[in-house]
Parts: sequence; structure tokens; C-alpha cells
Amino acid sequence: MQIQPILAALRKHRLATILITLEIALACAVLCNACFLIVNRVQQTQVVSGVDENALAALKLTGYDPTRGVDLNARVLDGLAKLPGVQSISAINQVPFGDHAGTAGITTDPDGKHFGGVVDFFVGGPGSFKALGVQVVAGRVPQPGDYQPVDFFVPDDSAVWVTRALAEHLWPGADPLGKEFWTGKFHFRVAGVLAHLARPYGGEGGPSTIEWSVYVPAQPGAQLAAVYLLRADPAQLPRVLRDARGAMATIAPDAVLDSKASQTIGTLRENYFRQDRVMAGILVGVITALLLVTALGIVGLASFWVQQRRRQIGIRRALGATRGDILRYFQTENFLIVTFGIVLGMLLAFALNLALMTHYELPRLPLYYLPIGALLLWALGQLAVLGPALRAAAVPPVVATRSV
Amino acid sequence: MFGYYIDLAWRSLRRNKVLTALMVIAIAVGIGASMTTLTVMHLLSGDPVPTRSGTLFYPQVDPDPSPTASHQPYDVMDYRSALDLWNAHRADRQAMVTSSQLRLTAPQVNLPPLMAQMLSTTSDFFPMFDVPFRYGGGWTAQDDENRARVAVISSDLNNKLFNGADSVGRTLRLKDADVRIIGVLAPWWPSPQFYDVAGGRFSNGDTAGFYSRPEDVFVPFQSSLEINAGGFQPFTCWSMPGDPVHLQNSPCVWVALWVQLDSAAKVGSYRRFVADYATQQKALGRFVHADNTQLRSLMGWLDFNQVVPSDVRLQTWLAFAFLLICLFNTVGLLLAKFLRRAGEIGVRRALGASRAAVFAQCLVEAGLIGLLGGAGGLLLTLFGLWLVRSQPIEYADLVHLDTTMFLATFALAIAASLLAGVLPALRASRMTPSLQLKTL
Repeated sequence: MQIQPILAALRKHRLATILITLEIALACAVLCNACFLIVNRVQQTQVVSGVDENALAALKLTGYDPTRGVDLNARVLDGLAKLPGVQSISAINQVPFGDHAGTAGITTDPDGKHFGGVVDFFVGGPGSFKALGVQVVAGRVPQPGDYQPVDFFVPDDSAVWVTRALAEHLWPGADPLGKEFWTGKFHFRVAGVLAHLARPYGGEGGPSTIEWSVYVPAQPGAQLAAVYLLRADPAQLPRVLRDARGAMATIAPDAVLDSKASQTIGTLRENYFRQDRVMAGILVGVITALLLVTALGIVGLASFWVQQRRRQIGIRRALGATRGDILRYFQTENFLIVTFGIVLGMLLAFALNLALMTHYELPRLPLYYLPIGALLLWALGQLAVLGPALRAAAVPPVVATRSV
Repeated sequence: MFGYYIDLAWRSLRRNKVLTALMVIAIAVGIGASMTTLTVMHLLSGDPVPTRSGTLFYPQVDPDPSPTASHQPYDVMDYRSALDLWNAHRADRQAMVTSSQLRLTAPQVNLPPLMAQMLSTTSDFFPMFDVPFRYGGGWTAQDDENRARVAVISSDLNNKLFNGADSVGRTLRLKDADVRIIGVLAPWWPSPQFYDVAGGRFSNGDTAGFYSRPEDVFVPFQSSLEINAGGFQPFTCWSMPGDPVHLQNSPCVWVALWVQLDSAAKVGSYRRFVADYATQQKALGRFVHADNTQLRSLMGWLDFNQVVPSDVRLQTWLAFAFLLICLFNTVGLLLAKFLRRAGEIGVRRALGASRAAVFAQCLVEAGLIGLLGGAGGLLLTLFGLWLVRSQPIEYADLVHLDTTMFLATFALAIAASLLAGVLPALRASRMTPSLQLKTL
């Protein structure tokens, strides 16, 4: 197939060619970036929480008299432990994907000179460490003696478990065991390293800090009350949670159950990422509509060109061109136009990505998105042009002898 | 002539139904997508107090004693600074605000206790923000002074507790204190809920929470400190608070101050007043960064907090890129359509129609497509807004199509199609009649 005559013909239809090229270029740029955004969002929703999500639920009480936290804890821990199906119930200040309750800045020196970042403290009572199901990759597990009473916020001096991500951030390359850090007067010494533990929110540094978490063992008390971690068999968890929520009315009539926060961790996770999923859905919708509109544009223009060139097609057929020749002519023409569009579109895609990077904290568009986008558009172009091209191929040679 | 062109356009559109349908669909889809996002954007970036937002200002000072200077003062103030500035009464109106949660019951109403959001504020809040009342009214400066146990409740809470009846004079139990209802608001939902906006720059663009409903109960500031002691959450603290129950003297920021300044001169003098206050506090040893003060206007403060969620802005850009693609598509199709009628145009030109006449005729046809596309786009916009409303987001209930956006839909559709029509129409009007007549 000779490309020269096709290019010559396109030069005759410069305006239409430029238009369709621009349309494909824009489509390519939006397509690549939208796909990238979708993948980004989906990746964010797949963050590893590090806890046994399908076996855990949170229960949160509000509106109680804060001076009676000790009594409330005793009633709830005692009352819920008796419910059938409850494997464990423990006090904790916050759970992954729930409301945050222990966010503070830390320093790696006692004078508060070396700022280590804003992290989340999971303050948990006895049983909560085992219930969470976090995986210890270095160091020991908390011993009964590690659970100390809390005057305010956290115990004054405690052994803590940090995530691998936080350890790597604070002490890159070093062994974190035994390392110390501070927040105000509170002193912490690392006793173990956790594989994963996602904090309630991503934190100020964005999604990269989602695992900057510290587990602090502590005794339940006035300062550690009203949020409870319930563990049950995954199959029974919804029923156990429902029973527990119902039981709260009799166990703690003086408090109000926060029903939005009293959910299984799975539900909390789903709610937490709902906006991301909706956005990914919208982007998929936009891509579909975009490809559809582009395809319609190609169909419309190709049909017009086929009709315009009926006589020429007839002449070519009369001179011995086969149906295949005509079909391939239109397919090659479309391939060329789409290729122009893609070349321009790749530049546009990068420009768009740069704009998104400055406004939305997105990483750079990986290069492999470009060939994928190109393949998709080539396939789309060929598919769209097939109908008009087949119609062109069906033009009988006798047309050449008629005036249109 | 215009009527004749419309008739011609209509005939032409009916002649090639598939091509017409393609163009109308392309415009409708593009308009539907962009108008849906634009409507959401319009609602979220609007002025929450259209009557006087130009006179509302938000002072900030920096009470952080740490020697390293922070780039911006904290988003809200510590209690003492806010109270000092409020007590000075240097503005035309001023109101302290802070929000907290507490347990609420209504005696004689058979409902379980509920957790309500309470706004602690001062008497100027209601006239300053044009808050509409259904029954009764706000409290007076005297009530602020006397720590009166009074409350104003929202229309939602009034409906929930008292089925919308006039509840002025009835009693509410807030935590363990009884307060007397003195006012019930008419439905009031500023978008965004501007007076609580703070911390937008730390939210990673997830600012949908700024569009939640206003608080259920409004209580005089000092009264609320007594009623809900221990229930207030600091925005942040520069060191660990010694007494978590009473935040008044804690190293924490948690109170916002809004002021109304009716003239540019007053704005200038208030700016100086805040700066002078900071200098004076530095002299007293309480402040370190006396020069770190701000006085932003309401809209400036909203901009600073980037209140429009970044997802919404992204959707808007996406929708406009999409509309652009739809436009390119329409230009291509219109070009095909007009040039196909080369013979017909040749005849018209030969019979004496000027280039301008042909151009006008083509544009009328493009405009008609835009009108049809606009109608389709309107339906798609309504569908899109319905989709937004069905999402579990704070501003879902706010989303609706107002008259401005309804008209804007058609204006945008017709403008877009005319824009798309200019190039093809120009090409059509430039054709040489003789050449076209020969081929007939």
C-alpha cells in the first residue's frame, strides 16, 4: 500500500484532517491522564490496614460524663464480653479508617529540636494488640507490664510499636529497636516493629504518610474510654456487632452510641474510600463517553469522505483495484490520521500531567500509559472506520461511468 | 429572512437524520457533562452571605511562642486573644465562634438523647450574618454578659423535636444544664458553612465537610463554656495542654473571631488595631511573632482554605476538556454537512445570495443544532445532578439547577455550536459557485 497518494488526498482535506487529528490528540491526552487518575485512586483504596479487618468492629460512645470513664469502661468491657460470639473486647482510642483521636507531632530528641513528623498514636488497652492482629516483624509483643495507666493522652514513659514505614522515615537504614522519640514531656522507646498499621486519616503529608502509626499499650481509664474494639468470627461479625450495639442501650444508658463510627472495620473502610470509588467511576464514565464521541466523529467524517469520493472509488475499481484495496485505503488513511493525533496527544498528555502534578499532588505519568493509550485509539479508529470503509469497498466499478 | 433560514435549517437537518443526531448527541453530552460540574462548582464556590460578604473579615494572630517563625498564623485563635479582640469592640460588629458536640435532650419530648453540634457565639452573630429567624430572635449583648442560659435552635432540630411548632419559651437540656429556647431559625444553610471554615490547607483537597449543615443549637459563648466544659476540642496546640477540661488558658487555638467592617477606612484601622494588639502582647511577653497577623476578607479566607473540594475542580476541568472534544467533533461533522451541500449553495450563490447570506444561513443551522443539543444537554444535566444528589456527600442536598444555570445551559450550548459553526460556515460561503454548478 502506497502512503504517498493517501497523504496527497489528505492534503486536499487539510481542515477536516486537522480537526480530527486535534480531536484524537485531545482524546489521547485526556485518556492517558484519566486512566492514570483511575489507577491512582484504585491504588489508594487498596491500602493495607495491617489489621484483621473482616474480624473487627469498632464501637464508640459519646455524651457520657467524662469523670465516669472508668465506670463506663468496666460496664462495657464486662457486659460485651458476655455476649455470645464476642472473641474479645478491648478499649482503644481509634481504629484504622475511623475517627482520629491520637494525632500528634513527634521529635527525635528530648528538647524538641528535631521534628519527626505528625503521627497517629493507637492507644490500646490489654487485649487490643492481639485483637488487631498486627504482624510484628522485629522485637517482641507487648507484655502485661507494658500496659500503664494514662494521666493524659498517653502514659508518660512507654514501650511502643512503630510501623516499618514510620521507622524507615525516622531512622533510615538503622535498626529501630530501642530508639527513642518524644512528644512534649511524653517519652517513647521502640520495643517492636509492625509490618503495617494504617492511621485513621492520611495525615498532613498526604497518602504517603498513611502508615505513620505508633501502637502504645495503656490501661483503660478516664483518658482511654468510650471507644472499643470488638473481635468476632468474620462470619458472625455483623450479627455480633448488631447485638453489641443493641446491648449498649442497657449497659450504658448514660451514653449515646455514635452509630456512624460503630461499624465493622470493613464498613468503615468502605465509607472512607467511597469518594475515591465514586471519582474512579466518574472517570470511567468520562473515558467511555469520550471514546464514543471520538468514534462517532470518525464515523461521521469517514462516511462523508466515502460519499464524496464515490466516483473516484468507482474509477479505481474500474481500473482494477480490488475491494480489499479500497478497504485498505480507508483503513490506512485512518491509521495515519490517528497516528498524527497520537503523536500530538502524547505531548498534550505530558503537558496535562504537569498541570495536574502542580495542582493535585499527582506523580509523573509513567511512560507505559502512552503506548496503551495509543493502542486503544488505533483500535478505536480502525473499528470506527470499518463501517464507512466497507461501504466504500462496496461501491461498484460501474459508478465510474455515471455522473453523480 | 431569519425565519426563512430557520425553515431551511430545519429541512436540512431532517434530510440527514443520522448526521444531525450525531451532532446533537455530541453537543448534548458535552453540555450535560460540563453543566453538571459547573452547577456543582457554582453552588460550592458561591458567596455564602451575598448581602454583605464584602464587609466581613477574619482576623488572625500568632500566639505560638516557639522561636521558629511559622509561615502563616494558626487558622483560629487562642481564647485570650479572641476574647481581647472581641472585648475591644473596635469593629462595627464582632462575633466569637467555636463549635462543639454535646448531649441534648428535650424534657417532655419522647425521643432518645442525641448528640448535637453546638455553636458557641456572641450576640452579633445573627445580625452580622443575616441569619433568618422563623420564631423569636437572637440574644442580646446583655445576655452574653450575664451568661444567660438561652439558646437558638435550627429549623431542623425544631422539626425533629417539636414538629415545627413555635418552641420559643420551651426548655432544652444541654448536657446537664437547662436552657430556654428564645429563637428558632428559618431553614438556613450557607454554602459553604463559612464561619466554621478552618484548616482547609491541611485537608488534601477533601473539603466536602465545609458544606455540612449549620449547628443545631446556638448558645451564648460564656454560657456554653460552663455548660459543655471538657467538650471543646482544640484545633491544635503548640504544647501539651495541662488542663484538658478548661481550654481558656491552654496553649491551644480553638476560637475564631469574625468582624464586620463597613468601610475601607475601618478595614485599614482594624488591621492596624490587630497589629498593635500583637505588638502589645509581644511587649507583655505573651507573643513572639508579633508581625504575623492577618485580616482576610470572607471570600479571601474561603479562597485561602480552598473550600471547593479538589475532586470537584478536577471534574470541572475534565468536563471542559470533554466539551472541547465534543466541539471538535461537531466542527468536523458540520464541515462534512455543509460541504456536502456544495451544489445547493452554488445555486443559491448563482441566484444572487451574498457570501454573508450563505454564512448567516449556515450559522443559523449550527445554532439550531445547538438549541437541540442544549435541550438534550439540559436533560443530561438534570440526570447528572440527580446522580450527584444520590452520592453520600455533605453538599448533596444543596445541589439543584437554578434559573441562572438553566439559562446558562442554553447559552453555552448555542455559543458552543455557533463557535463550532463559524469555520464550516466560512468554508461554505467561500465556495466558488461556478465550479459547483458545473458538477451538478
